[in-house]
Amino acid sequence: MLLRHTPTELADRKALMINPAKTCQPIGAMYASLGIHGCMPHSHGSQGCCSYHRSTLTRHYKEPVVAGTSSFTEGSSVFGGQSNMLQAIDNLFTIYEPDIVSVHTTCLSETIGDDLTQIVQKAHDDGKVPEGKYVIYAPTPSYVGSHVTGFSNMCKGIVSGFAEKTGEKLDQVNIIPGFVEPSDMEEIKRLSSEMGVKTVLFPDTSGILNGPQTGKYHMYPKGGTTVEEMKSTGDSMGTIALGSFASSLAAKFLDTKFKVPCDILELPIGLPATDRFIDSLRKIAGVNVPESITRERGQLVDVMTDMQQYFYGKKVALFGDPDQLISLTEFLVSLDMIPVHIVTGTPGKQFAETIQAITKDLPVPVNVKAHGDMFLLHQWIKNTPVDLLIGNTYGKYIARDEDIPFVRHGFPILDRVGHSYFPTVGYKGGLRLLEKILGALLDRQDRDAPEESFELVM
Amino acid sequence: MNSTLTDSVVLERATDKDLHKIKSEILEKYPTKVARKRAKQIVINEPGDSNTIPEIGANIRTVPGILTQRGCCYAGCKGVILGPTRDVINIVHGPVGCSFYAWLTRRNQTSTPSDDAPNYMTYCFTTDMQDENIVFGGEKKLKQAIQEAFDIFHPETISVFSTCPVGLIGDDIHSVCREMKEKLGINIFGFSCEGYKGVSQSAGHHIANNGIFKNVVGLDDTIKGGKFRINLLGEYNIGGDAFEIERILDACGISLISTFSGNSTIEQFANSHTADLNAVMCHRSITYMAEMMEEKYGMPWMKINFIGAEATAKSLRKIAQYFEDEELMARVEEVIATEITPVKEEMEKARALCEGKLAMLFVGGSRAHHYQELFAELGMRTVSAGYEFGHRDDYEGRRVLPSIKVDADSRNIEELSVTKDPEKYRQRKSEEELAKIEAKGVEFREYGGLIQDMKNNTFVIDDISQYETEKLIEALKPDIFCAGIKEKYVIQKSGVPMKQLHSYDYGGPYAGFKGAVNFYRDISRMTNSKVWSYVKAPWEKEPELAATYALG
Repeated sequence: MLLRHTPTELADRKALMINPAKTCQPIGAMYASLGIHGCMPHSHGSQGCCSYHRSTLTRHYKEPVVAGTSSFTEGSSVFGGQSNMLQAIDNLFTIYEPDIVSVHTTCLSETIGDDLTQIVQKAHDDGKVPEGKYVIYAPTPSYVGSHVTGFSNMCKGIVSGFAEKTGEKLDQVNIIPGFVEPSDMEEIKRLSSEMGVKTVLFPDTSGILNGPQTGKYHMYPKGGTTVEEMKSTGDSMGTIALGSFASSLAAKFLDTKFKVPCDILELPIGLPATDRFIDSLRKIAGVNVPESITRERGQLVDVMTDMQQYFYGKKVALFGDPDQLISLTEFLVSLDMIPVHIVTGTPGKQFAETIQAITKDLPVPVNVKAHGDMFLLHQWIKNTPVDLLIGNTYGKYIARDEDIPFVRHGFPILDRVGHSYFPTVGYKGGLRLLEKILGALLDRQDRDAPEESFELVM
Repeated sequence: MNSTLTDSVVLERATDKDLHKIKSEILEKYPTKVARKRAKQIVINEPGDSNTIPEIGANIRTVPGILTQRGCCYAGCKGVILGPTRDVINIVHGPVGCSFYAWLTRRNQTSTPSDDAPNYMTYCFTTDMQDENIVFGGEKKLKQAIQEAFDIFHPETISVFSTCPVGLIGDDIHSVCREMKEKLGINIFGFSCEGYKGVSQSAGHHIANNGIFKNVVGLDDTIKGGKFRINLLGEYNIGGDAFEIERILDACGISLISTFSGNSTIEQFANSHTADLNAVMCHRSITYMAEMMEEKYGMPWMKINFIGAEATAKSLRKIAQYFEDEELMARVEEVIATEITPVKEEMEKARALCEGKLAMLFVGGSRAHHYQELFAELGMRTVSAGYEFGHRDDYEGRRVLPSIKVDADSRNIEELSVTKDPEKYRQRKSEEELAKIEAKGVEFREYGGLIQDMKNNTFVIDDISQYETEKLIEALKPDIFCAGIKEKYVIQKSGVPMKQLHSYDYGGPYAGFKGAVNFYRDISRMTNSKVWSYVKAPWEKEPELAATYALG
């Protein structure tokens, strides 16, 4: 057994986290920064963090992920990292010529209290930031929240670094897609354009982290939200923030500072949440939903009704990031499935409350925990077995030990491809999720069926 | 399929480039201060006095913002050295990230003797520090975490790793460990491997060596069976390398008392001082241990290399010569003879596909040297190589050790003062006996370094940056580039096959005889794959035909 030491009996743990269902802030910030065109993320800390974050993103996307680091030494850890960051800014602009350097911090620079605003100002004063180039930043202390918090903080760093208000209202809607895949961002853009709504989507990693093989490496690929687009976000008609954990901070900033009203929705994963996204977009932009989208919706409902027998009553355990889990849980409930164990590593009271509201009519009690871990999830599964496990790659250890059909979803996925090319948001994404869930369930039925009842047609 | 190139053609292709020109072009782009610094870390190994090994700048602080591939002290300590040991619970004291990123990402395989023997390597343990722990200190939480780990798992050993903020807020993990060790009656010890210590992973190796030496080695004096008893030092069982080496040693009748630390247990470390020879694979990470064990317990060490079929044979012979036993030497020759024939066949097949191709290797602190043997066996030439965090002795050989100055960034890494153990010291061989063996060509306490094995007119680059990598590829057009995951797709996007020599791209083993065969197959597959021929679309190759139909 891979996780042979996990006991069935639950013990109350107050200090020891085992097999986390989260990671730390800066990687989320690095991901958000990569969604800006011509941007070089920069990690203000010791270099280990930066290497780890780049490696994890690279393993997830099978794509280049570059970022700078201040490479703190013991000296700078004691006396402050200002000179490291000034040197880094100078070197990055000189050697790698980005349009933007986007700085995030680590537990190191946050603990010693480096003041980013002051250091960036000094970089400007010292002439280290070339004409027409930008340095934006966000504090991302690793001991607060999770990678989702880091994404959220960087989204705010991006808008506060760029957004302007000219007073002239633009006929466009801001969309903050949340901590989702490049394929999801692409799908959200496609849906908006089908609707005939002009949008500024930020951050946008499509084209950056799912790029083509051309035989030539581009450090700053086509793709990413442009500086011009980012600047214009203060003049937009409104903002749709998808996923409150990841996106509400930046949306509220635009609302407070520039009076751009925001609608904070769940991530459009699954039918009900996608319905709400499309409806909100329709109302904010004042457009009708085109036939093409209603047809996509109908296709999703068609598969839901066609294959209902395979979903009905199936117990599911899921873990991952809160925004994804909220929409996924709702989708599973809409499929008559029973999500019984739900764990996110990201802290936040509102998570459990939201999940409880979604699952209140289920026939069985639901285990839900924020700031939980996969060790707890595994113990829950041992006590109440499930028919399906949904989560990131680390779930494969539980899936194998307990022999549970497993669908990879979330971050990180280190051992399969597809997530960067095929969305799980929108009606199309819902179809893909159904395909994956059915594939896992029916493969299991095929594997376990006695020969006499092995079915050709299912 | 490429035809076999002659040696002279190979030489010509690699030497028709003016490396000095390339180097100055690279440096041109850097700000003056950076250029001056990097100039010392980019060395050209050139024709001339063949006894002169150029001096290289190494183990110095990373230039901020240069896009280094280096990691940190914590990674070197927990990730590299202690991560592969299966029967210890490694608790990472810090915010969640450090533990998460080192969770199963290095492919240190392990194999337990039974299904219920301890193996905690699939688990990730952390105190998950929160802001209140930063403000009020995390010692209480750490204590509680150790207690919880003990209550749930009943391990025999727990170790604790400090991360960046721990040193800054002043948590004393060592006193917590002592207190809990006393309370729980099991071995508990800590490593002050904060990420900012030193300039790279290397500091973490040193700290790990010290910690294991102080807290574990020598705890169990039981002499276990076997006539020829060795430790394998600095072999981490990536992709099953140590399994293959274990298989070969076993066939030779050589007993492996302990491996630091692939497929290892704390139990084996505790007993490792009872072996009679330390065979050092990765010089960078573990020679501290070899030196301390020789000092304290009288066990000599020698550098060996199990990467490459010839290197494996040579290393086995060296070990056999140390024991000066005719039977062992005969057995070793027998094993080599049996193993080498199928390997040679595969080598010839692969060589026909690979000969004359150029390789570049930029890997951690040892593989950039070791793997040159395998490439040589394929008739491939290494045109540039370097380490992320090697020291000058890894490049220039241990003879330069006396001239290496420890700079301010590394001064705070503890040097243990080690003395002869009054009871356990046992001189395995007198200096005269060692000299006698050395006269037969077996060196002790010696490592010649990477540079001496590189051909003339090649680059040796320390702590290579992303920019230098790109320029090098552009200038020298290698047929394969070996490095890590962060470089992988940058290089492949340039149309050059890239072999990860940290993770082996999830394959392996590459060590020993079977490993050599795996490597030959992988490299010939990669350098001859069809997939690279599809990079350009047909219409990009013949764009002038675009308007034919419209006109027609």
